[in-house]
Amino acid sequence: MIDARGRSCPEPVIMIKKAMTTKESSYEMLVDNRVSVENVTRFAKHEGYAITVEEQGDDFLLHMTR
Amino acid sequence: MKHEKLVIGLSGAIIGIVAVCLVLLGNPANMGFCIACFIRDTAGGLGLHRAEAVQYVRPEIIGLVLGSFLMALGRKEFRPKGGSSPITRFVLGFFVMVGCLMFLGCPFRMILRLAGGDMNALAGLVGFVAGILTGIFFLNKGYTLKRSYKQTETEGLVMPICQILLLILLIAVPGILFFTPAEGGPGAKHAALWISLLAGLIVGAIAQVTRLCMVGGIRDFVLFRESRLLIGFLMIFVTALAGNLVMGKFSLGMAGQPVAHTGILWNFLGMFLAGYGCCLLGGCPLRQLILTGEGNTDSAITFLGLFVGAAFCHNFKLASSGEGPTVNGKIAVIIGIIVVTVIAAVNTFSRKEEC
Repeated sequence: MIDARGRSCPEPVIMIKKAMTTKESSYEMLVDNRVSVENVTRFAKHEGYAITVEEQGDDFLLHMTR
Repeated sequence: MKHEKLVIGLSGAIIGIVAVCLVLLGNPANMGFCIACFIRDTAGGLGLHRAEAVQYVRPEIIGLVLGSFLMALGRKEFRPKGGSSPITRFVLGFFVMVGCLMFLGCPFRMILRLAGGDMNALAGLVGFVAGILTGIFFLNKGYTLKRSYKQTETEGLVMPICQILLLILLIAVPGILFFTPAEGGPGAKHAALWISLLAGLIVGAIAQVTRLCMVGGIRDFVLFRESRLLIGFLMIFVTALAGNLVMGKFSLGMAGQPVAHTGILWNFLGMFLAGYGCCLLGGCPLRQLILTGEGNTDSAITFLGLFVGAAFCHNFKLASSGEGPTVNGKIAVIIGIIVVTVIAAVNTFSRKEEC
C-alpha cells in the first residue's frame, strides 16, 4: 500500500511510477484528492493496469491490477 | 482519453479567444491575461508599491479565484487543505515573481507574447523549459515539501472572501485605491470592470475543471509522456495567434514589442527562475490561483508570496521595463536562482522520515 495522502501534484504519480519499476501484478494507493485520482489513473492505464477507485470518507483507495 | 484531450483542447481555445478579446477591449497588448502583471498591478492598486504606471486592482485576478471557487463548490471539490511547508512556498512564490517581472510576464503571458509575434518570449520559453527540467531533476531525486492536511472550511474560505471584499472596494469605494493616471502606463489600460471580472470567472471555472497548468504541461510530458495539459497550452497559443492575425494585432520581431525588452540572457534567466520555482511549487501562477479558489491554503500562501514579491520588485527597482532589466533586478534573479536551488536541495537530500 502506497500512502500518497496530502501529496500534491505530481508527487503521487512519481511515487507510483517508481513503484511500478518492479512490475508487480497489483498495487494499492491511497490519495486524498481528485486530481491525484485522475493523474494516477491516467498513468496506470498508460502502463497497462486496470484501475478501480474506492471512496473512503475523504480519501480514495486506488486498486491497480494487470 | 480522446474525450479528455478534446475537452482541454476546446478549453484552451476558449481561453485564447478570451485573452485576445480582453486586449481588443482595452487590456495592454499581448496581456489579455498575465497573472504576474495583474497581481503586480493589484499590489500597486492597494498601495503596496508606488510605481504609478502599474496600479490597478485587476478584476481578472478576483474572477479567476472566484470562478474556481464557485466551480469547485458546484463539483464538490472545495476541500480546504494546507500545511505543506507554507513559508517555503511563500519564498518560492516571492522569487517566481522576481523571475516573472525580470521577463515581464508569467508563463501564461509568455504564450500570449509568442502568439503576438514577440520573439523575445522565445528566450523566455527556452529558460522556462530549462527551469522546469531542473525542477524535475530534484522531483525525480525525491524532492517534496511534505504532505498537507485537511483544514477547516473557514480557513479555505478566507482568500475567496478577500477577493469578494476587494471587488466591493473596487466597485463601491474606488477612491481609497490607487489607479494609474490615464495614458500613464500599462495600469491605465484595461477592459471595463465587469468584462474583466467575467473573463476571469470564465477562465477560472475552465481552469478548475481542466486543471490547466503551464508548468504541468511541460512537466507531465517530460516525466510521464502525458500530453493532456500540453494540448491546452498549445491551443491557447494557436487560438491567440489566429485571433491576433485576424485582428491585425500580430507583429513579428524583437525590438519595440509591447511591455517587453530585448535582453535575451535576462529573458532566459527570468523565466528559468519562474519555471524552476513553479515546478517546485507544483504549478504555475495561474494554477496557484485556481487551487486557492479550491481552498488550498498552501496555494493561498504562494499567492501572497507572489503578491509581496511584486511589491518588492517595484519598491526596490527589481522589475524590468521596456528599456530593459535593472542592475538590482539582475542581482535579485541570481539570488533567486541560488535560494530556489538551496530549497530544492534541502528538501531533496536532507529529508527526514515522514511524521
